[in-house]
Amino acid sequence: MHQMNLEVNGVSYPVVADASRNLLSVIRTEVGLTGTKEGCDDCECGACMVLLDGQPVNSCSYLAAQAEGRAITTIEGLAEGDELHPIQAKMLELGGVQCGFCTPGMIMSAHALLERTPQPSEEEIRIGLSGNLCRCTGYAKILAAVGEAAVEIR
Amino acid sequence: MTTFSIAQSLDEALEALASGARPVAGGTDLVVGSRQGKAPLPATVIAIDRIDELGGINLDDNRLRIGAMVTHAQLMVDPIIAGQFSAIADAAALVGSPSTRNVGTLGGNVMNGSPAMDTGAPLVVLGATAELQTTSTSRQSTMDELWIGPGTTSAADDELCVALNMPARPANSGSAYVRLEYRRAMEIAVVGAAASVTLADDGTIAEASVALTAVAPTILAVDLGDSIVGKPLNDATLAAVADVASETATPISDLRATDRYRRHTVGVMARRAIAAAARRADGETIAIPVNRALGIGANS
Repeated sequence: MHQMNLEVNGVSYPVVADASRNLLSVIRTEVGLTGTKEGCDDCECGACMVLLDGQPVNSCSYLAAQAEGRAITTIEGLAEGDELHPIQAKMLELGGVQCGFCTPGMIMSAHALLERTPQPSEEEIRIGLSGNLCRCTGYAKILAAVGEAAVEIR
Repeated sequence: MTTFSIAQSLDEALEALASGARPVAGGTDLVVGSRQGKAPLPATVIAIDRIDELGGINLDDNRLRIGAMVTHAQLMVDPIIAGQFSAIADAAALVGSPSTRNVGTLGGNVMNGSPAMDTGAPLVVLGATAELQTTSTSRQSTMDELWIGPGTTSAADDELCVALNMPARPANSGSAYVRLEYRRAMEIAVVGAAASVTLADDGTIAEASVALTAVAPTILAVDLGDSIVGKPLNDATLAAVADVASETATPISDLRATDRYRRHTVGVMARRAIAAAARRADGETIAIPVNRALGIGANS
């Protein structure tokens, strides 16, 4: 077993787990934050997206032990108390959420995009979300929500 | 059970490899492969993505050196790569998705040895060599020597790819990479082609090279013969390039395409790659990646 210290949403979690474990399963099981979803478990769908030092990473395909020493941000880390992050609020307001399973991953990718590109074009939003699949085919409203969130944030 | 450590220096990584450890960079091939059941995770894994000596893009008068741990995200926006070694930037920008490009590295891509890898054909046409190092040796391997089959390289288990090196570009040169794809993201090339072109003072083609993606067990260099070198760029010479590329290809049929379809379309890609490379050689700026700038591949 491998001892690691994972910093998730600014909180340090000492974890003992086999070194072959992926970051997704350790976040969900050992850390206990279940907002990050397991979709394909094959690096295709983006439901498991978290941020490592601010950059999006498919946590299903990243070794948990390799994330030691990096700042991990999950969907639980975005809201300020009871106040949703503007991307979360706009996703609700504009109907960007249908079944909701892809939503945490979509929001994490969108968050990373808006941090580096505060005023994205629609094309830039499409590229930013290109690693995230939505099987309810709700893309139009998701794109609109990210676009409006960008306006609200600046 | 897997034993895992994070190397803090190149020496530490090389010593671990000499003791039987296997390297992980971004994990986008190794970890995904183990989860798909392709190959179990090695017993001892050492992360090499935090080694400063393996980063950096450095161009001097004679040579470009790209550290093996430079990511696709870095390659696609680096001014040296995008400006002078554009085919690499074209390819890096097409890899996976933003998350794949953030953690996926050029060295990892090269050593995974997939015949469908996007950065492979650009490295071949730019004359790259892989710098392979052990605790006691260092050597340069041409890409042709390195890739010996699908997912197989000639590197010894204790050799680490530390950098990709290639000659500085001559004046009036351009390069480009294009691929046939069914979707824009998380896609594997159906077929692809990279080209490098150097123009003579009279506008004819002084030098040209083409390499093909996903039409053979490894990335395939094309012998262009007298199809285009010494001649002007026109429909006849472009058609000759397409023909020789299609004749060189030895594709298979799989879930992405039939062999016949691949053989035809790789010629089309070779022709488009040469045309784009020649436009860049002539001083035109075509945005990275060429696939999007020229509307090649998937529309959305």
